[in-house]
Formats: sequence, C-alpha cells, structure tokens
Amino acid sequence: MKIAVLSGKAGTGKTLLSVNLAYVAKEATYVDCDVEEPNGHLYFKGSEDAKRTTVSRKFPVIDDGKCTSCRVCVDFCRFNALAMAGETVTLFDNVCHSCGGCAILCPSGAISEEDRSIGEVSDYRVGSVRVLSGKMNTGEAFGIPIIRTLFSRIDPSDGTVVVDCPPGSSCAVMESIRDADVCVLVAEPTIFGSHNLDMVARLAKLFDKQIGVVLNKYEEGRENPSEHYCEENGLPVFEKIPFDKDLGMHHSEARIAAQEEKRYAELFSGILGKANKAASGGVS
Amino acid sequence: MKIAIPVNENNEQTTICPSFGRTPFYLIADTDSGERVIFDNTAANQAGGAGIAAAQSLVDRGVEAVISPRCGENAARVLSAAGIKMYKMQGDSVEENLKAFAEGALLALDDIHPGFHGPGGSGSRGGRE
Repeated sequence: MKIAVLSGKAGTGKTLLSVNLAYVAKEATYVDCDVEEPNGHLYFKGSEDAKRTTVSRKFPVIDDGKCTSCRVCVDFCRFNALAMAGETVTLFDNVCHSCGGCAILCPSGAISEEDRSIGEVSDYRVGSVRVLSGKMNTGEAFGIPIIRTLFSRIDPSDGTVVVDCPPGSSCAVMESIRDADVCVLVAEPTIFGSHNLDMVARLAKLFDKQIGVVLNKYEEGRENPSEHYCEENGLPVFEKIPFDKDLGMHHSEARIAAQEEKRYAELFSGILGKANKAASGGVS
Repeated sequence: MKIAIPVNENNEQTTICPSFGRTPFYLIADTDSGERVIFDNTAANQAGGAGIAAAQSLVDRGVEAVISPRCGENAARVLSAAGIKMYKMQGDSVEENLKAFAEGALLALDDIHPGFHGPGGSGSRGGRE
C-alpha cells in the first residue's frame, strides 16, 4: 500500500504526518521525495550510515568542430534548451529535460551525451522503518530522475510505503503521487491554506486518486477555510490534528511524536487506518 | 540598425512590456529605413524556455539592439552570444526610448535576473517556478 502525503505549500505538516504514519505503520518504507529540501532524515536518525548512490542524468555535449549550424536540434527541442546565436549552438542545461532527441537527430554527429551527477539517494533502516531519501545538488533545477530512482528502490516486502511529497502541484509532485493508492492532503486553517488545498485536491482528482484530508493546526470553534473547502467539495476529512504546543515541540525538536507519547501514536494510527481503508477502495 | 522592444499591444501607441521573454509582442524599429514592425512573440506561451526562444526569434530577425526594463539570464546569454546589445528602458514610452537611444542616452541593461525557469521545481516555497 502506498500513501502519498502532499500539500499545496511548504510548512503545512507533510513531514509531521509522513514520519509519524511510517512510525506507527511498523513495517514501513518512508520515502522523502522533497529532494530540494529533504528533512525526514532529521526524524529517522542514522542517515550518516546510509548507503548512498549518486543519481545522474544525461546532458548533450556539442562538438562545435562537427556542428554545421543546421539548426535541426534547436528547432526540435520543445523545451527551448538549445539556441543558435552566431555559428554555434548554446545549451541551457537548466531547462534541458534529458530527452536525448537532439543527439539522435543531429545529422552530423556533433551531439553526444554525457552523464552528470544531479544528486543522490540514501537508503537506511531505523527499527522497522526503511528510509529512502533523495537529495538534489545545489543549483540543479530538475529533481525528477532522483524521485524515479527512489521509487525504483522500493521493495514490496518493505511494508506500507509513505511518500513525503515535495510541496506544490508541479511535475515533481505528479511523479511522487503517480503510484499512490491514496493521497492524504494536509491543509492549514487559513484562506491561503484552502487555496493550496484546492490546488492539490484538483491534482489528486486529475490522477483519479482516493483522497483524504488532514486538517492540521486545527482549533475548535475557529473559522477554518480549509474545513469549509472540504465540506463544499465533498472531501473526506481523515483527521483534525489540534493546534497543540506539545506536538509542535516534539516536531520542532526532531522527535517523532508517536514515539514519544501514546496519545499521538493513537492519533496517527487512526489516520493510517483511514488511509488504508480509502486505499483499498472503501468509503472513508 | 534594428532595435527590438517588448511591447504590450499591436499598435503604434503601445507601451513597453515589463517582461522580456513573455511579452505578447515585439516592436522592431529599423533606424536606417524608419520602418516599424510589430509581431507576435510566439514564445510567450511556452511552458519553459520562453526567454531563450524569444531571444532566438530576435537573433533570427537580425536585431542588433534590445531596449527592455529587464531580462532573464538565459535570454541574455542568447542575446550576448549573438552580439546583441541590451539597453535599459527609461519610462514606458516607445517613442521616448527610441529618441533616447538615438541620442546615446540609454544605459546598458545590467538588471539580469536569474529567471523563473526550472522544470519540476516546487514553485511553492517562494522560489523558482
């Protein structure tokens, strides 16, 4: 079973929920797909001993001596990663998608491809939880190959898979939820929070996923635009996590709350149960 | 000499557009013939690399100078590789800027921003999108 935890913005509680879900699931794989700023390893301690693997992707290398300035590559590239200014082709590696098309089409064999490291994947175990974490090198803009590498490492025998997604609704998030059986959307009790909830809810619907919402930083009797959004759009609410100083302290000091206190273990176990039920197609 | 300016509308009274790569139109003024042409910036709706494609289209039209409020780093790389000079817009009037250009009163554009590109970026941390 794969649970993807996502939110339209950073700081809503994706990692809080993900690490606690993985912890209470017992046999679990926690996958940190937030390769720009992974932080799950702060909670699952021991990453310094992880097995690390470099992730590379291919970039075109243009041999100016062989290039005849025919422009076939420039006209082909739908990402506009190649330009012809003067007699030579210029590569913009920050928009290149590594599709390899330019190298295939070049009629004079002037384009080859070269692997370049863009980040790494670390793999380690804490108790019954396997931790897979991706990290992109500073300055890189395209983390999807790292996310794909993470997913290629998952073993079905590793139990419940909890995917800590990047924030937002971009390509990297789509890649992270692709194989999910259920999408758990974490939302804050603000207008901005409900707007961001709308973004990810529409994305999860587009991918035809089972959906459940966790309303984080919840305060009884207070206006909650995200809760209204769920009511208006018929989204099931798996849980309301209270705006709770103790929970906040555990999390901000990099402790897994469910490991510290029974009441939090019960809270997150309840969410896991609902996610499991939704994933198996049940009405939550 | 052909000078390109990003503009908001397809008419002579148009103002200058603050975006270089995603401007809806470009105006090209030919200082030799006095001719002015306005055309669609087909790169404006590209998902990524708009600045690169827009700059490429100006290179292909034989432009030698650009007047713009700002420019992204990718577009600037294409323009400078083609030897196109970049000037900083003063005010948003096309006429005034062409006049200032003719008088040599425009400064070089040094407001090159890192751009808003980056496929697969989160776009949700207030960073690049």
